[in-house]
Amino acid sequence: MDVIVAFLRTMIRAGTPLLLATLGEIYTERSGIINLGLEGMMIVGASVAYVVAYHTGNPILGILTAICISGAMALIHAFLSITLRSNQIISGLALTMIGVGLSSYIGRDYVGKVGVKLPEIPIYPLSAIPYIGEILFKYDPIVYASLILTFILWFTLYRTKIGIIVRSVGENPSVADSQGVNVYLVRYICTILGGMLAGLSGAYLSLSYVPAWVEGMTGGRGWIAIALTIFAMWDPLKALIGAYLFGGIEVLQYNLQPMGIPPNILAMTPYILTIVTLFIASREKLRRRIGAPACLGQPYTREA
Amino acid sequence: MVKIRIYVRRRVRTSLKVKIVSASLSTLAAVVAIVLMFHVLGVDPLYAFNRIYMASLGSYYGISETITKSIPLLLCGVGLAVAYKAKVWNIGAEGQLLMGAIVSGGLALFTPLPPQLAIPIIFLGGFIGGALWALIPAVLKAKFQVNEVITTLMMNYIAERILLYLVYGPWRGKEVWGFPFTSRIPSYARLPVVPGTRIHYPTLIIGLVSAVLLFFMLSRTTIGFKVRVIGESIRASNYAGIEYSKIVILVMIISGGLAGLAGAGEVAGIQHMLRKGISPGYGFTAIIVAWLGNLNPLLVIASSLLIASILVGGDAIQISIGLSSAFINLFNGTILIFLLLNYFLSEYEIIVRR
Repeated sequence: MDVIVAFLRTMIRAGTPLLLATLGEIYTERSGIINLGLEGMMIVGASVAYVVAYHTGNPILGILTAICISGAMALIHAFLSITLRSNQIISGLALTMIGVGLSSYIGRDYVGKVGVKLPEIPIYPLSAIPYIGEILFKYDPIVYASLILTFILWFTLYRTKIGIIVRSVGENPSVADSQGVNVYLVRYICTILGGMLAGLSGAYLSLSYVPAWVEGMTGGRGWIAIALTIFAMWDPLKALIGAYLFGGIEVLQYNLQPMGIPPNILAMTPYILTIVTLFIASREKLRRRIGAPACLGQPYTREA
Repeated sequence: MVKIRIYVRRRVRTSLKVKIVSASLSTLAAVVAIVLMFHVLGVDPLYAFNRIYMASLGSYYGISETITKSIPLLLCGVGLAVAYKAKVWNIGAEGQLLMGAIVSGGLALFTPLPPQLAIPIIFLGGFIGGALWALIPAVLKAKFQVNEVITTLMMNYIAERILLYLVYGPWRGKEVWGFPFTSRIPSYARLPVVPGTRIHYPTLIIGLVSAVLLFFMLSRTTIGFKVRVIGESIRASNYAGIEYSKIVILVMIISGGLAGLAGAGEVAGIQHMLRKGISPGYGFTAIIVAWLGNLNPLLVIASSLLIASILVGGDAIQISIGLSSAFINLFNGTILIFLLLNYFLSEYEIIVRR
């Protein structure tokens, strides 16, 4: 029983950074922008959060700075892909490169130093329930925040006017424009939101999950989040399930190794599942039902 | 109050003058950005540029290393240029390179190749490995309209994991002391090099010939014409009766196969084995190479040399400034951003009205 509790706890902790980054990418892609800079924004978030928390002793300050800096990187992506109508793939890859390089510079004097760890805050009295309390109610604030955010972002996307606007901008920007929606503004906001959540995700890695600064510590989680966005079919609730599933796979890689299951084979599964999902979702009827944004990756130019 | 409105409009045609002005503006902006970057890092920009130049082009050894590193970039870059011309966004060159390396490495290690034919077979194996790996996303796009950006990206990570599985598992060499390496390939399967350097010239020649052939294919043949029409407008290509799916598969086989050749070259020419980290991201860097070469195979020869010199020079300043190898990414990313700026300035005009 203790083994299962420990597994579920690590699964949720491993899934949280994936969940946060995916939630952001869902909004970005729903508005029609694809952000391949996620990995770069995450790792800059991780390094900035760590360094700021190290010097101020305040992890919250670290988290907030990480959110701002990663948001600013997303603003660059938004400017390039929305205002300059650039190729979003190239712009995203460029930002990932910049992020990887920048973080190695920001964190170069902090490798191996013991920094600040975000404390766990058990939710009393729920945390006292045997097993359940341990699995669900004894985490640091970012884990709780990710759960609350999942619900808020799901509700906003499907149950509010804001959600309709965001989805319409990604589905058919010219119709949205004719209805008086400011397409550019919505896309800017969604892209920046995506960057901010990637920053939070990075901060979680360096202040709670690891917690330390290690170069390249995101280890491709940004790319997994992009995969997860599709695997979750652009739905925040499904992203929650998918993030814990992929997080569970990450944990199992190490646990199943002694049983003779090669970790590298298991590590492939998120990517294979994503391709399979894309393939299944490619049928037009299904695409409509899922609500895959039809104009994803296409710059919008207002007809004069 | 005067209200100023700013419009952005696509240019009908881009004149040479506009092209030159936008290219110089973007280059200037890029140089300013990089100089500022060095200032922030506390490094004298002139010193840094001098070090990069001296390390990459200022000595015989530097030049030979630059050429060596340009080989995989050239092969991947020309293939990507052709794919991007057809608006097929293959970002899976890294995985295709790795698959080429795996197949050619496997052939060299585990099959009894006739020594005289070993090298051609290894190259062929590399091409087929890369091409087949590219064929999966190509068919998914051509037949099922599955977005190739995501699939090619995912295939990179699958290929990387296959490589890791092999070198940590069944293919690990017996005498490698626990390192994730295979045994070394037999000497008849190794590529000849220019004496005193690591330039495995057979791969370089294949790269140069491919660049020339693809340049002529794009500019002089019917297939090239079709690729260019699709690149201009997929809708127009439909009206012209061009079979889009065939072209998608063709350009993916070309770019995947060439990336696979790059992988074969790294195995048979440089490493003489399969190992973890056989490519330091050549397939990703080649994306910059293709764009910097304006998607023109002949210009890609020049851009692959330029980017290779930055890689070699970057290694040198990393040591002297004390930054990690990840730092060079900052450089490359900045170059890409200013390439996008150049593209915007030459394709669009900004109109200010009162």
